[in-house]
Amino acid sequence: MKNRLIVACVLVFTLLLSTAVFAEPLGKRIVLENGMVLLLAEKHDLPMVTVSMAIRAGGVSEPADKPGLAALTASLLMQGTTKRTASQISTEIDFIGGSLGVSGGDDFASANLRVLSKDLRTGLDLLSDVLMHPVFDQKEIDRKVKETLASIRQQKEEPEVIAGEAFAKAVFGNHPYGRVNDDVAAFLPKVTRQDVVDFHARRYGPNDCIIAVVGDVSEKEIIALLNEYFRDWKPAENSDPKHAAPPVIEKVTVRKMEKAITQANIAIGQVGISRGNPDFYAVTVMNYILGGGGFSSRLMDNIRDNRGLAYDVHSSFSPQKEPGAFRIWTQTKSESANEAIAEIFKELRRIRTEPVSDKELADAKAYLTGSFPLRMDTYAKIAGILTNIEIYNLGLDYPQKYAGLINAVTKDDILRVAKTYIDPDRMVVVVLGDQEKIKLKL
Amino acid sequence: MRRLKIFIAGILLTCVAVSAAFSQDLKVTEKVLPNGLKVLLKEEHKSPVVTFQIWYRVGSRNERLGTTGMSHLLEHMMFKGSKKYGPKQFSQTVQRNGGNDNAFTSKDYTAYFENFAADRLETAMDLEADRMQNLLLDPKEFLFERDVVKEERRMRTDDDPTQTMVEQLLATAFAAHPYQWPVIGWMADIGNIARDDLLKHYRTYYAPNNATIVVVGDFRSDKALALIEKHFGAIPRGPDVPKVGAVEPKQLGEKRAIVKQEAELPALYAAYKTPNLTSRDSYALNVLQGILSSGKSSRLYRSLVYDKQIALYAGGDYDDVSTDPNLFTLYAGIMPGKTTEEVEKALYAEIDRFKNEPVTDEELQKAKNQAEAMFIMSQDSVFYQAMLLGQFETVASWHYLERYLDGIRAVTKDDIQRVAKEYFVEDSRTVGILVPVKGESPKAEHPAPGGHHH
Repeated sequence: MKNRLIVACVLVFTLLLSTAVFAEPLGKRIVLENGMVLLLAEKHDLPMVTVSMAIRAGGVSEPADKPGLAALTASLLMQGTTKRTASQISTEIDFIGGSLGVSGGDDFASANLRVLSKDLRTGLDLLSDVLMHPVFDQKEIDRKVKETLASIRQQKEEPEVIAGEAFAKAVFGNHPYGRVNDDVAAFLPKVTRQDVVDFHARRYGPNDCIIAVVGDVSEKEIIALLNEYFRDWKPAENSDPKHAAPPVIEKVTVRKMEKAITQANIAIGQVGISRGNPDFYAVTVMNYILGGGGFSSRLMDNIRDNRGLAYDVHSSFSPQKEPGAFRIWTQTKSESANEAIAEIFKELRRIRTEPVSDKELADAKAYLTGSFPLRMDTYAKIAGILTNIEIYNLGLDYPQKYAGLINAVTKDDILRVAKTYIDPDRMVVVVLGDQEKIKLKL
Repeated sequence: MRRLKIFIAGILLTCVAVSAAFSQDLKVTEKVLPNGLKVLLKEEHKSPVVTFQIWYRVGSRNERLGTTGMSHLLEHMMFKGSKKYGPKQFSQTVQRNGGNDNAFTSKDYTAYFENFAADRLETAMDLEADRMQNLLLDPKEFLFERDVVKEERRMRTDDDPTQTMVEQLLATAFAAHPYQWPVIGWMADIGNIARDDLLKHYRTYYAPNNATIVVVGDFRSDKALALIEKHFGAIPRGPDVPKVGAVEPKQLGEKRAIVKQEAELPALYAAYKTPNLTSRDSYALNVLQGILSSGKSSRLYRSLVYDKQIALYAGGDYDDVSTDPNLFTLYAGIMPGKTTEEVEKALYAEIDRFKNEPVTDEELQKAKNQAEAMFIMSQDSVFYQAMLLGQFETVASWHYLERYLDGIRAVTKDDIQRVAKEYFVEDSRTVGILVPVKGESPKAEHPAPGGHHH
């Protein structure tokens, strides 16, 4: 069942905001015997533990001619180890009412475990087993390849997936962030067991691996357990293959795609910023005002509230290790596509030519700083923040620093970052839909 | 729902039912104000946040053909200005206070929420009390918002082949009950709705005696209650709301809805008429649902997806958190090269297994363990806890949540076999099938949207 929960404003930003409530550091950083970095937040309100791992084994680490190898490897980890078959793994985790999963990503593969604290030992036994001792049975590889290809095919029913993939390809080209379903579908039939075994051996290891633990466990206990279960994990290589840079885009680049649907699905954008960019905070405030701030944003006000053209319109940056996409996303009935696109471009030009108003700036800062407690009100959210603190070297006092970083942003900063990172004359524009009715004027 | 796209169709709700596992003492303070407003408060001090929710007992169930979708459109208009907080002020006020707000509409309820840092609780009350009684329903805003809802429908349903099929399945399954039409409304109906229809709907259903306030989070109950009395206590009780008298008659034979749409893969849904959470049998049906489809060790995943590899996905949803009896739905996406017929047969084979042989001790224990674990884990989110209380109270009573885990613990292997035989019968089944067609544009057959009002 596709219970799709599409969250507007897909900011991969970790919006850590600070109030006086959070005077304590978020957690503790401990380097384990095998080199793995543990970030621990002890919480004893509920008898449960959430474990979240980031392993430097994402798409960026896979060879350029093997797109999808990283994600395939991650998904195969749950499909059998030297000690357990795939069925035994799922039966064990289901029986204790827990959840365990491993999945690929651009920069990192991630593993997530959630169990009652009484079952923590069982959970860590399973987690370490799937990460360290997968067997990659050929039958399981065949099954997963078949399933992935079918799933890629099914996603061609989803306008936002098709348009999103075309957008990523146009913006990133042969850069790993531009590897899309079609690339994966072309490679997977050729993948060998050796490819998977080699990728796992090279990329999975305790060095370059972060484990965030949040919940009902003591420091002493978790260190002992992790040392016990991950003791024999062999180190991974640290180097990634060289990869292509995103293409240089000199002018507005339009991709029209045909599909017999009632709406034009529209993606507009370009390469944005990396998480390590010092302008991250100014960009965060700027994007909130432009299109990241829901009903407080200019795009929503203009295109939805004042014109009734769309249900959803938003902009997002996806800052990762490397600059991710800046993207505006909307869908409107075919006949309104030109009007919506024209208004989006108007807003893009306005944010980089006119200063934002005092009220816009104050409101954005009030939201970004004031919503901090909501960004860390579950164990899983805290684990996610701890992981980002480690990846991007933000410091465990980041929650205390955040309000200062946001409040330091000025109107001039916003104008400057808008001019620097948004270039309306070099946008990629993807329009998917019934082109005869859309009659695109670009 | 206005911003996040959690459209609560029947099917989404059932996942909640299985995870709705609370032990006896929920530590909820219950109070009914003299004007009929019910208040449920649950202190949860693990994080300095609070969720304020207000649940109105009105949804697509309270509508009529010709103007379906009214409850949902009204939900949108609730963000378009009231006396104290004019147009565009509502969400901007919430966000300026560091909060997130939204709303969602289902067949049985319309719910609004604000999530805030704990010290902003009163802001939520001020906002909600104003729009409970003083909605502007500005005629110009109304026309724009009706267009927004049409775009929402295009995005969610018309351009999604599986959702289009599910909509037809529901329309086929129910002959006499309002659960037959979509929560968002038929496209032509949305266009038919006039501003005055909404005003009447608002005056009929938006009153303290038809609402429940749920607050969960880091606050003191006595203080919160005093604030609620201050903001809502003076709002006059409304007239009693009209009863929905519709009763779906017994289904006398299988029904099938075939939908041809441009799509890549076929999909099949099979829905059985089942009782809601007020029935004792709902516990056994929930345990059955767990064994059938909870996790990768569940029967449907293991059989159809893993062993036979005939389905891309497969599962079962039991919609018991529902005012009137609703559906238990099996579903599967068909793998390339496999046929809808063989998948349908395999689904029924799994149903027959429940009828013909008892489940294993291990399966029964696993389903109960999953329910117990979910009870604890669901307490990690104040929003989710409030959502469960609001749902249960609105469709029946929140006390069903208190009894839930005991009910689940008491389920026996015989119970499961008995309910399988009683409810999974061919004559009460409705099947929906998505048949992919290529290169055509069946969308063109839709009546021109908006043709009814311009």
